[in-house]
Amino acid sequence: MKYFIFAFSLLINAALVFVLGTREVLPIPLGEFLSVQEGIWQNAESVDHDFSENLNLKNLNGKVDVYLDDRLVPHIFAEDENDAYFVQGFLHAKFRLWQMEFQTFAAAGRLSEFVGDKAVQFDRNQRRMGMVYAAENALSAMEKDDSTKAALDAYTNGVNAYISTLNKAELPIEYKLLGYLPEKWSNLKSALFTKQMTYTLAGYDKDFEYTHALQILGEENFQLLYPEMADSLYPVIAKGTPYTKPMAEILPPSGVDSVYFKRNDTIHIAQDFKPNPANGSNNWAVAGSKTQSGKPILSNDPHLSLTLPSIWFEIQLHTKQFNSYGVSFPGLPGVVIGFNDSIAFGFTNAGRDVKDYYEIKFKDESKSSYWFNGEWKNAEQRIEKIKVKGSKDVLDTVAYTLFGPVMYDKSYNNDLTAEKAYALRWVAHDTSNILKMWLLLNRAKNYEDYHHAIGYFNVPGQNMIFASHSGDIALWQQATFPLRWKGQGLFVMPGFDSSYMWKGFIPLEENPHSVNPASGYVSSANQRPADSTYPYFIPGSYEVYRAITINKRLEAMQNITPDDMKSLQNDNYNVFAELARPLLSKYVQRDQLNANESNYLQIVENWNLQNNPGEKGVTAFHAWWDSLYNNIFMDDLQQSNHALVRPEKFVLLEALTRDSAFRFIDDRNTPQQENIAIQVTNALKKAAVHLNELAKEDKLEWAKFKNTTVYHLLKNSTLPFARTEIMNGGGNGIVNATQHDHGPSWRMVIEMTQPIHAFAVYPGGQSGNPGSKFYDNFIDTWARGEYYTLFYMHKEDTNADQVKWKMSFNPVP
Amino acid sequence: MKFFASIIISALLSYAFGLFLPWWSVMVVGLSIGFFIPQKRFMSFLSVFLGVALLWGLFAFFISAANDHILAKRVAVLVIKKSDPMLLVLTTSVIGGISAGAAAVTGRSLAILFKK
Repeated sequence: MKYFIFAFSLLINAALVFVLGTREVLPIPLGEFLSVQEGIWQNAESVDHDFSENLNLKNLNGKVDVYLDDRLVPHIFAEDENDAYFVQGFLHAKFRLWQMEFQTFAAAGRLSEFVGDKAVQFDRNQRRMGMVYAAENALSAMEKDDSTKAALDAYTNGVNAYISTLNKAELPIEYKLLGYLPEKWSNLKSALFTKQMTYTLAGYDKDFEYTHALQILGEENFQLLYPEMADSLYPVIAKGTPYTKPMAEILPPSGVDSVYFKRNDTIHIAQDFKPNPANGSNNWAVAGSKTQSGKPILSNDPHLSLTLPSIWFEIQLHTKQFNSYGVSFPGLPGVVIGFNDSIAFGFTNAGRDVKDYYEIKFKDESKSSYWFNGEWKNAEQRIEKIKVKGSKDVLDTVAYTLFGPVMYDKSYNNDLTAEKAYALRWVAHDTSNILKMWLLLNRAKNYEDYHHAIGYFNVPGQNMIFASHSGDIALWQQATFPLRWKGQGLFVMPGFDSSYMWKGFIPLEENPHSVNPASGYVSSANQRPADSTYPYFIPGSYEVYRAITINKRLEAMQNITPDDMKSLQNDNYNVFAELARPLLSKYVQRDQLNANESNYLQIVENWNLQNNPGEKGVTAFHAWWDSLYNNIFMDDLQQSNHALVRPEKFVLLEALTRDSAFRFIDDRNTPQQENIAIQVTNALKKAAVHLNELAKEDKLEWAKFKNTTVYHLLKNSTLPFARTEIMNGGGNGIVNATQHDHGPSWRMVIEMTQPIHAFAVYPGGQSGNPGSKFYDNFIDTWARGEYYTLFYMHKEDTNADQVKWKMSFNPVP
Repeated sequence: MKFFASIIISALLSYAFGLFLPWWSVMVVGLSIGFFIPQKRFMSFLSVFLGVALLWGLFAFFISAANDHILAKRVAVLVIKKSDPMLLVLTTSVIGGISAGAAAVTGRSLAILFKK
């Protein structure tokens, strides 16, 4: 009996260790996870936590003092610039280590290492896109430049100094959840981060969709559905601005019609991963002539996926050479959007197409040679080894051509053959040192310094806005943009012939720009940078409507104060609805509606055109418009095996405004002829059904419908770490661009007076720890459209009320 | 007396071991106490369970209270599907207690094997 009891209890013990200490039975090993001395309780930071610390660290040149303010923003005071980057790296790691690693693991296609085989497709996609290759190229350029290399080395040493102090109890909670450990940081990881950002902002392409659509629709209908420009375009560079004769000229290759525009075979590639086309931003700067203070005001709000931890980390870097403040990317040294004593700078995405595909014909399945200019040319092979948690490594061979990596081939997509594979030509693969731009902007004193700095930037194309204390404002759309003949790169191009390759880039000085314009302001909102008089072919993915509101508002404003700029950033006016609603009102057949439908019609017609949280009109309007869009386009888009890409929302609005007999109105699947009145009325009837369902769930009010959510980076698997049901307004095409989980990720307004008046907020918090009160403490302020007054600290402010803690970094040999 | 002693000793030893050993050190403690302190098996289990459950429960409670339960509210949803910090503290306490208590039974049973 006693033997049996012993054996039995031993078995129970083993079972407990197995269940509570491994991930075999439960997704989380609860013993380890809830252990009070090493588990998650150690992540529960006391609300009175004292962040003051004295640290003795290697790789520092001198003493560095860090003052943490009441919002946990570090103000780094270093004599030596590189010491400031070292400490920035240390603090990024201290507050955001897991996020930094996660983002660079994602960039490098290494998520499978801790997520398992469900991430393999994602990882393959990243590898085949050449993300690591791109990062290596960027790193070689960055390390060739002494000052950039020194900054990166210092930053990396700082991150690693923190990692080496970490013990198991202090690990960020996500490591405890997923069960892995951080590895050492490296300069390559910083380079990978810049490429992930490049993918987010300049990784969108429609080449395959357009190739397919052109074939199904023919050229005339293609132009109708996918026009190059909106009628209502309000370009970054004001209409009527004269452009000089272009310095560079480029002509299409001979025979382009038959080989390129009118190819007669079909291509279909299922592209599983694409960046969110809503990634964008607003920025503007107003000159002293339009402000109350007589000094420029610069505003910027980048629109990105709203995440916890936030993509941004607020910081001040004070060194002998400069004193910059703003937001930084955990993963990179320097301030990315912000200001110093003399200037302020910000960015919006250019949205230009810098990513093309070339059709490659391999000799055979080995992918080792391809047909180019009349001969077989060697393709380099890069073998990608993807480690997968809980299963065998996945090996993937990617061929590299003169164009770049062959992203889609038979090993990725079964429909493809050795003779039909697609290589990617993407500016992101080119060598360049974009970090240098930020290191220079941090210390820039005037327009010339800014203009010099932005010359280092090649991708992702940005509208780089500038304002200075001395009174200048400027905006350059900056990057290296390929020089294209008309139509080049809209569709998949032949890769057998050098004549289809990019022949160069638009000369930097001819990039669209505006410096101290007579209007007294510059602005951008991801719209097309210039109208059709700009002498180059510039396809891209452009927004239309935010720019209209911003330009009209700025034009009308005088005596501008920072408060005016804040309210413009939070403007909820729906200019799309202003233009579209009259069409709906005009064509709807009122006598065909029942009481319920009439009620929704009334809600739409009585709506004040503001996307405010409590408005039902915006929900009803969008339901109606979306159903009209589907009524008119879906039959045409689904006429072949693979659905065609959806036309932009301006296309339908402008087509119907121009022509009530727009040729796509009729539903090709019905025998009778539908006209616009029938379609508008039917759309309302369909929308009413949907709206009734929303009403039942009490989701008619815009904010309830939209349900603004800031997800944790692991999305639904860590939903308790997210903030849901944030009741704010805004939307797509609205200056306040807040959509469900996407929108203004940092709002900043800087008045270039002396002293500078700076206001900003982001929907997150400085700490990446879900167990810290600083994890999400800015969100409510952000949701209300309010701002923090930034504490731009100077040496004499060490005893200011805002200073709560002090960290001292002392060098040891 | 043995009962109370083993409660206190298991709590103290578990804390000390936890400073440098992983969570399963509570099982080492349970095993040793079971082995060296002669009690009925059930009393051995109960005393060690109480000692470690008290340690983990109180430890977690005080950490969580100082944290205004910010973390526990979130993690509780992940672990027990309910935003109830006290329930997470209780779960923690029971998991620590059961692990150590079960080990104590094993330790006691082992000791009994060696007894003539």
